[in-house]
Amino acid sequence: MNALVDIRRLKKYFPIVGGVLRRPVGMVKAVDGVSLTIQRGQWLGLVGESGCGKTTLAKTVVRLLKPTGGHIYFDIPDEVKAEIEQLESLGKNSGKLASLLKENDLGIFLGARVRSFRRRAQLVHQDPFTSLDPRMKIKDTVAEPLRIHRVLSGEASKTAVKELLGTVGLSAGQMERYPHQFSGGQRQRIAIARALATKPEFIVFDEPTSALDVSVQAQILNLLKDLKKEFGLTYLYITHELLIAESVCDYIAVMYLGKIVEMAKPEEIFHAPLHPYSQSLVAATPVPDPKRRVGRIVLHGEVPSPANPPPGCTFNPRCSRASEECRELEPPFELVSNDHYVACFHPL
Amino acid sequence: MENLIRIRDLAVRFHTYEGVVHAIDDLDLDIRQGETLGIVGETGSGKSMTALAILRLVPYPGKIESGSIVFSDRDSGGEIELLKLSEDRMRSIRGNKISMVFQEPGAALNPVFTIGDQISEVYLLHRRRELGYRAKQRVDRLLSDGSGPAASVRRPFWRWQSRLYEKIAQESHPIEPRFLSRIPLFKRLLWRLRDEARLLTVDMLKDVEIPDPARVAAQYPHQLSGGMKQRAVIAMALACSPKLLLADEPTTSLDVTIQAQMLELFRRIKVDRGASVLFVTHNLGVAAEICDRVAVMYAGRVCEVAGVEEMFLHPSHPYTKALLDAVPMPGKELQTIPGALADALNPPPGCRFHPRCPSALPMCQQDKAKLKEVSKDHMVACHLF
Amino acid sequence: MSDWKLMARQLVRNPLSLMGIIIIVVFVIIAIFAPLIAPIPEGHRDPYMIPRDGYSAMPRPPSEEHIFGTTQGQYDIFYGVIWGTRSAFRVGLVVIGIVVAIGIVLGSLAGYFGGVIDEVIMRITDIFLAFPALILAMAIVAVLGPSLRSVMIALTVVSWPSYARLIRGDILQVREEDYIEASRGLGASSGRVIIRHALPNAIYPTLVMASLDIGAIVLSAAALSFLGLGAPEGYADWGQLTSFARNWVVGPPGDSLRYWYAVTIPGLFILFFVLGWNLLGDAFRDILDPRLARR
Repeated sequence: MNALVDIRRLKKYFPIVGGVLRRPVGMVKAVDGVSLTIQRGQWLGLVGESGCGKTTLAKTVVRLLKPTGGHIYFDIPDEVKAEIEQLESLGKNSGKLASLLKENDLGIFLGARVRSFRRRAQLVHQDPFTSLDPRMKIKDTVAEPLRIHRVLSGEASKTAVKELLGTVGLSAGQMERYPHQFSGGQRQRIAIARALATKPEFIVFDEPTSALDVSVQAQILNLLKDLKKEFGLTYLYITHELLIAESVCDYIAVMYLGKIVEMAKPEEIFHAPLHPYSQSLVAATPVPDPKRRVGRIVLHGEVPSPANPPPGCTFNPRCSRASEECRELEPPFELVSNDHYVACFHPL
Repeated sequence: MENLIRIRDLAVRFHTYEGVVHAIDDLDLDIRQGETLGIVGETGSGKSMTALAILRLVPYPGKIESGSIVFSDRDSGGEIELLKLSEDRMRSIRGNKISMVFQEPGAALNPVFTIGDQISEVYLLHRRRELGYRAKQRVDRLLSDGSGPAASVRRPFWRWQSRLYEKIAQESHPIEPRFLSRIPLFKRLLWRLRDEARLLTVDMLKDVEIPDPARVAAQYPHQLSGGMKQRAVIAMALACSPKLLLADEPTTSLDVTIQAQMLELFRRIKVDRGASVLFVTHNLGVAAEICDRVAVMYAGRVCEVAGVEEMFLHPSHPYTKALLDAVPMPGKELQTIPGALADALNPPPGCRFHPRCPSALPMCQQDKAKLKEVSKDHMVACHLF
Repeated sequence: MSDWKLMARQLVRNPLSLMGIIIIVVFVIIAIFAPLIAPIPEGHRDPYMIPRDGYSAMPRPPSEEHIFGTTQGQYDIFYGVIWGTRSAFRVGLVVIGIVVAIGIVLGSLAGYFGGVIDEVIMRITDIFLAFPALILAMAIVAVLGPSLRSVMIALTVVSWPSYARLIRGDILQVREEDYIEASRGLGASSGRVIIRHALPNAIYPTLVMASLDIGAIVLSAAALSFLGLGAPEGYADWGQLTSFARNWVVGPPGDSLRYWYAVTIPGLFILFFVLGWNLLGDAFRDILDPRLARR
């Protein structure tokens, strides 16, 4: 089966401008060579702390940002991808390669192609308090994608909105209200309803519950589970809370300073992490069990700035197992065992 | 065990344009000597307001309408009713005997002053006599050790300084320094106080595990990361060795690995300084990590108070149980709590949780339950008991 | 919008803003019912030309025929100020209307797209802002020939840059909000994002400034008319009337206030008109500011 989303060596750099003439003096390497695939129907969790680039990755995957390098393939057959890879490895900048990329690489789509992509993939923002237009009634907010893509209008559109609101657990009677009249959890539901309007196949969630209370968070997570089952959706779920990812995701990727350091099934990340960073992340996550205290593996130091990443393995300054090799070379991201990938020279 | 803080029947209400909000209603809570008490709750539970009420920092349009908060200060002996103190005396307690750390590390720091200056300010405000004493000692050392022509010229000046600082060591704000400090030029004569404060500041920064404290003291808040800023704020709070440290979600805005470091720090503080900590959080995991006892609040009232192990192993109040079930854990089904959080303007009558409670009794609609002891040191406010 | 209802309630509660509303409403009534209040005399062709009762230069005090008296050239002051209300509204509303429209178009293009478009538009506004406003207006009127229309054109040219700047700034701020990004993520075109999302959220400070400015525009128009660069002689315009009173502000020694009515009455009309709009604008700002901060 084809992977629905296939990201190859994705890079997103932001230039730092300085000086009188505003020349770029450096680069913030927010996403620095990320490769991962998401199968259809999978719930992939992307876990990382602040500054690791996960939000940038989320926004780049849905083309709210344009990638600086690498490829994003959305529902592209394997043969086409293989052909592109082959032409690229030959090194020549052929016209055939360019045209193939223009047709298939989401990263460089323009105009109408991007628009039709937007019907199939959506992003739900982190903060439900700012992601809805405060001056639009929520019925207009939810109907907007239908209007933009000219899918439905008039009465049919109104019916669709009622249905969507019902799907996310809100009553149709609240259609005429404004966002500020709803609670955080309800607003997030409205945002989800908006995302579902064009019947997408792929939804990216950028920390959707970090601004919400525990009980509301549970409701939203259960809602996402139900929606996924009902509509056969594929999720990319960004979060900084390992517990959430482990509880609901099928597969977890751990990100550090612009790179994916480990990717495996939740049980394996939780019980047998291979990368030292994942291990300290698991150990540092507090659980509501007074017997299990935060592990002694308390990481020292601070996260380096993505404008100035350390040479070699980006984790080496804070790693207890770092060797000379780690300071000079970047560890490759490879398959270590059953569905378990790590980028480390000295995995645990 | 002695109670450091005894809160009884506390009520805090907000008179807003849209109606009266009962932020805290009928609160009874004890904070014991040397313990870390956690208050766990969601939005609108009143947990932050409790901490603010202890320091009488409840923001307008909120008011502490009734109740009592008694602070037992072992040192000065005797009990102080905090709600009846004058603003002056309250100020001498804030930052001194009871201090607070807030959620946003950046917000508590003034961006135009260096970290060192801000922490020194606490010493200059509350520990003037000690600073005077240290300054005097330093000058006395100069007097006894100094030799050579440079020293003999400055000797009379030093003697005068020694007398000055002795006065400050005795009564903090004697007349001459007060008079002096009003005249801009002469204010500088008190520079030794500032220097002593700086030395104490660097020591304090070292204590909160900030690397290279002398350099950091000269930096401005924007030059530090979130974790470092929070440490600096904790240093400010601990400067005068308070008996009680109020922490309002101090680790919520920090990364998980930095949070782990911070929790280690809190643990150490408690052990080293024997202070009590009131730790407000919405994260049950953090509460389990760091607290000795935990109180769960909902809609302005306490539902359950127990030792941390007892609370997590035998939660009794339906809300506590539901909250624990709603925490995502690997391999566990997420249980949701039906309904929504109690409306602050129109809370349900009787027990605030009854509309959402799976085991609600008819009497729950009329009477709210009082805290009862259900097992050793385990209090629950529920009609089921 | 339930927003409007809440705003209306707040407007009425505040005594100052209530006063502003009442003043403006009174003026509106005067303007609408001008033909009834100050009837056009028989055989008069242009209602905006003030009827003359003789040709003597000396103003005559208020009497039964001329309720507010007459000014230099025997123009009836009462008729002049009543019909002048219409001119005032016309000048104020037309100028502000056009200026806000230009400001919205240029300001949103500059603010939303940034880059070269922003630079070009901003440099053009810089050029216009480099001239002292009233002097540039005078120059334009002088070139086009004095008339009320030239005054309106001149004031339009002089006022639009501030609005473009203001709207650009607000759009810059709103542009970074999440819901704008969400709209783009849905596939909305830039035009749709600007018109449906950015502008409605950014327009409030502009509305405040516009209402404050109506008074200022009328004042500037009056100033130009006073200098003789405005409406033709005898036109019903407050500035014109004060211009006629120029020589009669101070009467003969010993009776300096003899001709008070010539300058005071048109002046009072100007004063209250500007005051009304200022109060209204202030009230808008007080109401909308916390809202802006809250959102």
